[in-house]
Amino acid sequence: MSDSLDAYLILAGLLFAIGSFGFLARRNAISMLMSIELMLNGVNLAILAFGAFIPELGAQGSVIALMVIAVAAAEATVGLAIVIAIFRNKKTPLVDEYDAMRQ
Amino acid sequence: MAQKLVPIVLALAVMGAVTGIAAIMLVLLGQDWEDALFWILAAVMLGSALLVVTLRDIIRCGLAMMVCFGALAGIYVVLGAPLIAAAQVIVYIGAISVLILFAIMLTQTKAAPSRLVFQTQAVPAAISSIVIAIVISLAVGATDWGEVPARIRLATDALSQVLFHDFVLPFEVVSVLLLTAVIGGVFLAKREPGGPS
Repeated sequence: MSDSLDAYLILAGLLFAIGSFGFLARRNAISMLMSIELMLNGVNLAILAFGAFIPELGAQGSVIALMVIAVAAAEATVGLAIVIAIFRNKKTPLVDEYDAMRQ
Repeated sequence: MAQKLVPIVLALAVMGAVTGIAAIMLVLLGQDWEDALFWILAAVMLGSALLVVTLRDIIRCGLAMMVCFGALAGIYVVLGAPLIAAAQVIVYIGAISVLILFAIMLTQTKAAPSRLVFQTQAVPAAISSIVIAIVISLAVGATDWGEVPARIRLATDALSQVLFHDFVLPFEVVSVLLLTAVIGGVFLAKREPGGPS
């Protein structure tokens, strides 16, 4: 089973689906960011699985996975800074109480 | 304090025992070691990912996320990409998880923690994510990936050759992006003098 591309891709798809559920359903802004990290990891697993099973890709799959990890680190930095900045103004981490742009 | 640690230690011991027994069972059932490792790591990863999106206490969500990333690093090793697994451990478990835990501790108030963990659209969200999972599984199962050979074990020097030769421009752009993110993060999270505390 660990030798088939399908197993890794389905695993990546399940991780992505779990992350999308968390992003859509959680109330806490930091939980939503954690769910985004889960989705990014699912995509990364798919990229690495393709790189490991398709010989034409060579080392490019691994290189792209490294880039995705670096970009995810940048995204986490900026996202958490935004959450902290909003928390300083609104005193709550819950996203359904962020309604300043609706009024 | 010590009494609070007892259930955690017990839970860890039970999890370790279950994992070990599962490994031995899988090997006895005729799977080889790589398959057994793959199944156990996949189960741990999906289980802790489900904990991340369902637990009530957000600190525990963060800790479950660290477990999830660790299991994913193990899957990368089984997949034959040890360098990416090392990067996963360093960047995700070492840096991003700590960053998220710090942000959790900075933003949780006593008043806010919520009876309601989920928003009102939790049920449609669950349905849509189940649909996403089913569609991805069907698409993967229906696609013919061609002649998939045995797994490629990539040498690190080949990877570095590609990274620093063919992909050198994206590499430099990523370094600029990280610098931008650091400056932007400091600027956004900075407390303005005279502003709200």
